[in-house]
Amino acid sequence: MMDQQRDYVLRTVEERGVRLIRLWFTDVLGSLKSFAISPAELENALEDGMTFDGSSIDGFSRIQESDVLAIPDPNTFVTLPWADAKAPEARIFCDIHDLDGAPFGGDPRQVLRRNLQRAHASGYDFLIAPDIEFFYFAPPEPGQAPRPLDEASFFDLTTTDVTGSLRKETIRTLETLSIPVEYSFHEDAPSQHEIDLRHTDALTMADSVMTFRLVVKEVAAAQGVHATFMPKPLEGVQGSGMHLHLSLSDGEGNAFYSPDDAYNLSPVAKHFMAGLLFHASEITAVTNQTVNSYKRLVPGFEAPVHVSWARNNRSGLIRVPIPKRANPLATRIEYRSPDPACNPYLAFSVILAAGLRGIEQKYELPAEADANLFEMGDDALTKLGIDQLPQSLSDALKVMENSSLVHEALGEHIFEWFLRNKRSEWRGYKTQVTPFELSRYLRSL
Amino acid sequence: MTSDLIAVFPEPPPPELARTLDLAGYRWKAFSSADELSKAEIADGWMGAIVCGDADLEAAWAFCRVLRKKDSVVVPLLVLVTGAQLDELTLRDELFDDFCLQPFHPRELEARLRHLFSYTTTAPRAELVDYGELVLNLETYQASVEGRPLDLTYMEYELLKFLVQNPGKVFTREMLLSRVWGYDYYGGARTVDVHIRRLRAKLGEEHANLIQTVRSVGYRFGQSPRWSP
Repeated sequence: MMDQQRDYVLRTVEERGVRLIRLWFTDVLGSLKSFAISPAELENALEDGMTFDGSSIDGFSRIQESDVLAIPDPNTFVTLPWADAKAPEARIFCDIHDLDGAPFGGDPRQVLRRNLQRAHASGYDFLIAPDIEFFYFAPPEPGQAPRPLDEASFFDLTTTDVTGSLRKETIRTLETLSIPVEYSFHEDAPSQHEIDLRHTDALTMADSVMTFRLVVKEVAAAQGVHATFMPKPLEGVQGSGMHLHLSLSDGEGNAFYSPDDAYNLSPVAKHFMAGLLFHASEITAVTNQTVNSYKRLVPGFEAPVHVSWARNNRSGLIRVPIPKRANPLATRIEYRSPDPACNPYLAFSVILAAGLRGIEQKYELPAEADANLFEMGDDALTKLGIDQLPQSLSDALKVMENSSLVHEALGEHIFEWFLRNKRSEWRGYKTQVTPFELSRYLRSL
Repeated sequence: MTSDLIAVFPEPPPPELARTLDLAGYRWKAFSSADELSKAEIADGWMGAIVCGDADLEAAWAFCRVLRKKDSVVVPLLVLVTGAQLDELTLRDELFDDFCLQPFHPRELEARLRHLFSYTTTAPRAELVDYGELVLNLETYQASVEGRPLDLTYMEYELLKFLVQNPGKVFTREMLLSRVWGYDYYGGARTVDVHIRRLRAKLGEEHANLIQTVRSVGYRFGQSPRWSP
């Protein structure tokens, strides 16, 4: 199988006259990294991998053990639609290994692979479909607040024309890259858009999210527009989330489906939800990894604040959507806190680990919270036994640091580096004197 | 390396012969005379030849001789004769490799061709698979529709290949998963739906319906076979 895949890649490169192969991988914070090789080097790369200095990549090697090996995953080979037709280019995602061939502990893709293998050994495959929100802005200028396209007067076309054609072009490009789009629409906030992808296995989806972010940005940049996945770029309007529709597949079909339940949820689905709810606070630093992420997780903007679940109540952390025509395959849960600035490999890893823990330990699902939680006061919520998600990156890191679940899911290398890096991000933020403080205190104090 | 083309005599060939070859997935070209064949000689040689003797036996032998004169490559050759012509085969053993009685049974002819080509050629049969405007080159892994190359991932290509090679048959998701992916794939049967969806998108609107959803069963490529014996 592997040989045939390699052969497929090599022949396609030859037949299509591909000039440059871009090897992609992801750093711990979720930035896409790339280096290019020529077709002549490809066979060797597929066979033995390409060595590079990992110490230049965030969260990769410490200096003394700096060289790592990138081995392309031929299954992810695809030609790039935006390259010059006369000099075609292709990309392949890589798995990073230590020089001795063992999976490299600092590679998020390897971390997700390991977690998926663990689930597979218990008989489950993890399927994900994300709804990804983002904003289109006029090109940002240093120190300036972001300007939604609606207010950017220098565009010749009307806003609808620009963003409409951007979305159409984005979807066309995604489809060419084997990323099927389910829906796309203009979101509630000015210049905010949402594109929903169709479910795939989690590894393919993490690769797809990486590709998606690049495509959205590239297509926009080609028309002089800045696309951003910043979780909360504008005060007073909704932020950008990445709601994840989750299900597990077993050998038979959808392990989340049961015809005998009022919500068509199987015991496996309920234990998974219970696990996710129980460990939600521990994994939030990973699913919402920036200082800015926590400006989105506030009441009043359709983002979850409380650790609860409900059927079709969009204020809960987990929503159970009503499947169309009671299709067993469509039974799923929607985890609503993650934002599109997360590292999808790591976020999917900790979410899966939390859900699996619920299944393994047979956690009991708490009662549904069907009243609108946003309307309720803290006391009422406490009475219901409903906790809040961490309120800041700092809070989230404190919970994460004591979590053996997250430690195990991410592995020592990334767990330790992530905490160190994010604490330093928080310290940097804490030293800032913000416009809020100036306007509130400068005159009155 | 020989081509995957079979030379057929005469032009037009008997309809049941043409149909049998098409259904078995062979590529062929028919000629009305030995002269026409020698003029049309293709660069890398024929994969084989099928010569019908029932209408004009002399012309048929002439056709065989042209092929046998090519001393570099021996083209596997099958003749179709009627029961009354059986005696004519005597002392002409050097002109053909196998024969089949007219009217033939399609499955017998298919089996004889398979056998004939299996020991006379070492190269894999039919490097090109096509269905209408869709062509797959199995050697170079390239797929194209109306001459437009398709950008496929490896598994998309493998799935399309499997479907094109088995047109008209209905497959469940599980069958496709086990036949195409064939190993413990992290995605389950819904992986198949995703790949079908991608293939349809890449085939383009006009050809997307080549892959049909068979409700509550699975998928079928192309039309159902219309077999008229």
